[in-house]
Amino acid sequence: MRFLAGRLAQSLIVLSVMSFAIYGLIGLMPGDPIDLMISANPELTPEDAKRLKALHGLDRPFLARYGAWLQAALGGDFGFSRLFGKPVGQILWPRLANTVALMGAAFLLSVAIAVPAGILAALNPRGRIDYLVNLLCFAGISMPPFWLALLLIMLFAVQLGILPASALPTASDPGLLERLRHIALPVLTLALLGVGGTARYVRAALGETLRQDFIRTARAKGVGPARLVRAHALPNAMLPVITILALDVGALFSGALITETMFAYPGMGKLIYDAIMGSDFNLALAGLLFATMVTLASNFAADAAYAGLDPRITFAGAVDRRTDRR
Amino acid sequence: MSPRALAWRRFRAHRLAAASGLLLMGLALAALLAPLADRALGVDPVAVDLMARFEPASASHPLGTDELGRDVLARLMHGGRISLFVGLAAALVAALVGTAVGLLAGFYGGRLDALLMRLTDGVIALPLLPLLIVLAAVDPVKAGVPQAIAQSELMSLWRIVAIVGLVGWTTVARLVRSATMATREREFVRAAVALGAGPARIMLRHILPNVASPLVVATTLSVGHTILFESVLSFLGLGIQPPIPSWGNMLTNAQELIWQAPALAFYPGLMIFLTVIACNFLGDGLQDAIDPRALTTK
Repeated sequence: MRFLAGRLAQSLIVLSVMSFAIYGLIGLMPGDPIDLMISANPELTPEDAKRLKALHGLDRPFLARYGAWLQAALGGDFGFSRLFGKPVGQILWPRLANTVALMGAAFLLSVAIAVPAGILAALNPRGRIDYLVNLLCFAGISMPPFWLALLLIMLFAVQLGILPASALPTASDPGLLERLRHIALPVLTLALLGVGGTARYVRAALGETLRQDFIRTARAKGVGPARLVRAHALPNAMLPVITILALDVGALFSGALITETMFAYPGMGKLIYDAIMGSDFNLALAGLLFATMVTLASNFAADAAYAGLDPRITFAGAVDRRTDRR
Repeated sequence: MSPRALAWRRFRAHRLAAASGLLLMGLALAALLAPLADRALGVDPVAVDLMARFEPASASHPLGTDELGRDVLARLMHGGRISLFVGLAAALVAALVGTAVGLLAGFYGGRLDALLMRLTDGVIALPLLPLLIVLAAVDPVKAGVPQAIAQSELMSLWRIVAIVGLVGWTTVARLVRSATMATREREFVRAAVALGAGPARIMLRHILPNVASPLVVATTLSVGHTILFESVLSFLGLGIQPPIPSWGNMLTNAQELIWQAPALAFYPGLMIFLTVIACNFLGDGLQDAIDPRALTTK
């Protein structure tokens, strides 16, 4: 319990620091909301601009503006989006749901490929399969995400012509199959990006577990190889893998941003990118904070699961188990 | 595991790393010689020739031309100068920051260690790409950079080095910290303390040389990371700004042109991929070479 309380406090501190840092950075982006209004409406005079700045509190010092924004945000009011002409909250939620769906599908597919590959490699240390899996893992972690998307488009859309190159269905009322066809390439791209790292980690964790004494004991008792892996080694090896996978949600989100932007998928990543490129300050700010919050929440959930599954866990110990991967 | 199999394993691991090292040297050489190659072949990486768009490979354009009629090979070589330079420079920035954080955390321990490591954890957990995009979109004039410097052509270069370096230090910090903690208790460090050496001298003269090997490994690996980050930002239009070619920004228009000229989407990405995988193999090989124990237990 103390462990979880510590982690929760840490997450909240990170979130507050990030909200302050992001607010400051967004303020340093080119232009400000009133300048944008002026360029959109030539009838505004400099006096109008001054009045508008006072009205929106833009002439106040930085800390006062941050305080006012924070107070409104805590009450659920993230302001108005310039690009969409709607309150930011209304735009965020559907986009967040889309991104969670994309990330969830890609994550499941990625795990479904990576875990068996990692197990096969760990069971044949230094064998051909191990060598091949290792090579493919290196290829996976070295792949520029946007190039992978381009290659998949080249293969499935240009060469074979079996999948569309955009996530947006062209028909006004697409059926389920049509929707699935359009989402296939984004999901595949995002899933393949994560396979290399995950498989490497499964292989390392299982390999380490297989060398431990309780495995030798089980083998000496006459436990067969299949049962040895399934019932004795895997459950122990997968514990740390779960934590690592949760820590990778940040990286998964980064991958989702690229994938969504390239396939025109209406998710949070594309929203943040469009907001920053279109100087939509309120939207960019809220989007970035939501992305940070989702990442922190998934890390916290993994820590909670880990603490529940492994009673030996302590705050410092959990932190030391983490390795950083991108 | 027989000794011969062990030797085979080590040989094979090193062969990949050695091949990677050679490949990286070749790429660096090609990048360095880019201006000479321009003169020898009579091509220019930024010269637009709208009469010669999308030309197939030929004697005058060995890899053909792009959508503005520019020579693809020349652009790849010049792009390599930028991408390799940014990768190395950003990895060095990352190594400097990471070494400072790791040394301080590992040497002093206690509260400072806890604070610095929680900071590292925080940075690791963040969705980095959206934050990098914000950093790249920041107006340098508003951030207090003088107008003249902010508008110079090389600004996008230095800015991306700083941005990518500032988020890439976490791996180095962790490795240096654990190596520092192991070294701190060694006899020669105690001897130095007994002789009256101050903390700064102990860290820099006695501990740093002993954490050099993990530092080299981590820096090699982070060159790969930084090249990937640079390419992503340049691809999204926020990194190296045209007309300066980088492997990332050469792919910015590739998606719209993929039906027309798929080769344009292929070569720059292949260069990034080969460079990054070579850095990763080299780092892995160095790791094995430095720490043979990791080899037997891996």
